[in-house]
Amino acid sequence: MNKVLLIIRREYLSRVKKKSFLLLTFLVPLLIIGMYALIFALSVKGGDTLTVVSVLDESGLFEDKLKDTRTVVFQEIDLDIKQAKKEVQKDDEYFLLYIPSSIGNEINPELYSQKKTGLAVQGDIENQMKEVMRAKMLNDAGIDINTLAKIKPEVNIITKELTVEGEKDSNAGAAYGIGIACAILIYMSLFIYGAQVMRGVIEEKTSRIVEVIISSVRPFQLMMGKIIGIGLVGLTQFLLWVILSAGLMTLSTNFLMKEEIQKQQTGQTLQGNVSVDTMPANNSPSMGVIKAIQTINFGYILTLFFVYFLGGYLLYSALFAAVGSAVDSETETQQFMFPMTLPLLFTYIMSFSFIINNPDSSLSFWLSIIPLTSPIAMLVRIPFGVPVWELVLSISLLIAGFIFTTWVAARVYRVGILMYGKRASYKELIKWFNYKE
Amino acid sequence: MLSIKNIMKQYAAHTALNNVSLEVASGSIFGLLGPNGAGKTSLIRIINQITAPDQGEIFFNGEKLSPHHIARIGYLPEERGLYKKMEIGEQMIYLARLKGLSKGEALSRIKYWFERMEMESWWKKKVEDLSKGMQQKVQFVATVLHNPDLIILDEPFSGFDPVNAALIKDEILELNRNGATIIFSTHRMESVEELCNHIALINKAEKILDGSVKDIRNSYRNNTYKIAFQGELGSGNITSPIFEVLHAKELEGNTELTIQLMNGITSNDALAYLIPRVQIQEVREVIPSINDIFIQKVKDIS
Repeated sequence: MNKVLLIIRREYLSRVKKKSFLLLTFLVPLLIIGMYALIFALSVKGGDTLTVVSVLDESGLFEDKLKDTRTVVFQEIDLDIKQAKKEVQKDDEYFLLYIPSSIGNEINPELYSQKKTGLAVQGDIENQMKEVMRAKMLNDAGIDINTLAKIKPEVNIITKELTVEGEKDSNAGAAYGIGIACAILIYMSLFIYGAQVMRGVIEEKTSRIVEVIISSVRPFQLMMGKIIGIGLVGLTQFLLWVILSAGLMTLSTNFLMKEEIQKQQTGQTLQGNVSVDTMPANNSPSMGVIKAIQTINFGYILTLFFVYFLGGYLLYSALFAAVGSAVDSETETQQFMFPMTLPLLFTYIMSFSFIINNPDSSLSFWLSIIPLTSPIAMLVRIPFGVPVWELVLSISLLIAGFIFTTWVAARVYRVGILMYGKRASYKELIKWFNYKE
Repeated sequence: MLSIKNIMKQYAAHTALNNVSLEVASGSIFGLLGPNGAGKTSLIRIINQITAPDQGEIFFNGEKLSPHHIARIGYLPEERGLYKKMEIGEQMIYLARLKGLSKGEALSRIKYWFERMEMESWWKKKVEDLSKGMQQKVQFVATVLHNPDLIILDEPFSGFDPVNAALIKDEILELNRNGATIIFSTHRMESVEELCNHIALINKAEKILDGSVKDIRNSYRNNTYKIAFQGELGSGNITSPIFEVLHAKELEGNTELTIQLMNGITSNDALAYLIPRVQIQEVREVIPSINDIFIQKVKDIS
């Protein structure tokens, strides 16, 4: 068997067989699904416990006007404030809302309890009281609430992308989400797998096995074998994530859709909001999420994700390998790591603050063309639609970029791995680069 | 076996090897000797094709050294190392296959060596679970697994305890008897003196001496003898017409002289002179060690 294949096989198997790999592979999709399920559960069912609030209303403004919700149940009491406070001290489930008599439009209610009040409960009470006050103030100003309720302009912008292929539904929200997710994933994986390459090189150097190995194979073969082997580990992990997540996602979506339809039939309302009756059935938030997700072309994005992951990984891991070869321990890598990670970090930050909002600006364009930054920048832009020629240019440059970094890295690497106990500087690295074979 | 011709190697401003030529005969045990930093490891790395010379050529059995010769060479680097977290057996197979052995071949060879070195129970162990001496044994087996024609050992006995060092020494001699050519590289010259039949001395990137151990030592014999005797040879400074006394030592009535014979005088002549005068207890020729020769040679040059 070819020697590079042997090295790839060892690098690959020694990592895939590790328990941490299996754990991560199966845990991440479960976490994703778990989060997905949690969001649904919270938006559909509400996960809060019921809080009973005793209302002592001295102002008389709120009589019968506070409505029970999913989280709060109100009961009016007729006690002295001192007695009421004693009740609070006696019972730790006792919540007392004390509304002193008001002067004008200002009102300073107080909420007493032994436990801390949940933010949701507090917000609920505040909102309701505001509504009541607003109604009162509108009334005082001579505006009829019923008339106001009738005036409800409804505008729903339907976004359509008009391209040569015709118009299609676009969903800025979904594109936004996918863009951000891809940027985070690429950024993290470049670091995780790049660092694995570096650690692997350092391990071979510090354990001194490297000289035994390179008396059998060329240093370049060893470096490439390691890079490819670890790259395959990354691809395996991603593929498993995609398959597992897609499988679980389909299952849970089907399940949730069914439940949703049942709910619509039994006439349950989602938010205790009157206007739900007038909503078209498929406009509930969870259905919206599902619909938006369905508008995304997963095949296209996934393919490009893998292309850019591979390109970016090959480009950076070669540099990581060179750094690993130059040092004797991981602590010495700092001075080389910082300038190397700067373009990645810059693009990462730019992704959130600029590219995602201006995917077609010239800065976004250049960031997605330059090989050092394109793996992140281009993936943020892709969900918004990128012309084919830009993709071709960007990917070609990325390939040229990793061939170049691999060539540079290999020249440093072949010397570095045999330099024990020598503190490497940039000057030293340039000297190594210029050594003849 | 190995012809090294006019090798030059330069690292930036530092010259590692300056026009070094050597002949290593097939079946010999060759000592590559010299102090630290002399260029031994640089030369060995060139023979192993880890680095390439700037100038010069190497021939392996008459063929120009090329990558396919790697399978014929076994190399034990000065800096020993194995994958710490990999099982010994798996690691051995990996290293053997990198040298070009098939999996089946690798397995049977490893079995043979593990039995021979009494390491069968180590198969599933990891390197980090082994003692230093055990690791050295594993490393040695990895070096010779593929049955190389040429075995290069850089500082072979450093790190071995005396028991293991003797064991390894025997194994090396056995391999040599079976036809392998051995190159020892070391700065501790006395450690390989009795093993080698040929040596080359390297100092400051240059070869300063090479040849068979016997010839070199013979050429550095300078008619010096140590003679111990009882009795008085005369008072004060001992003088004689046929030898010069280099050193005299008296101990409990015994005298030990280090003498250098005049030209054309044999040890028998010296004894003939001494026997009527004193009671001889011991006569021994002083033959310089390789270490002494090296020091003298370096002095001569500078």
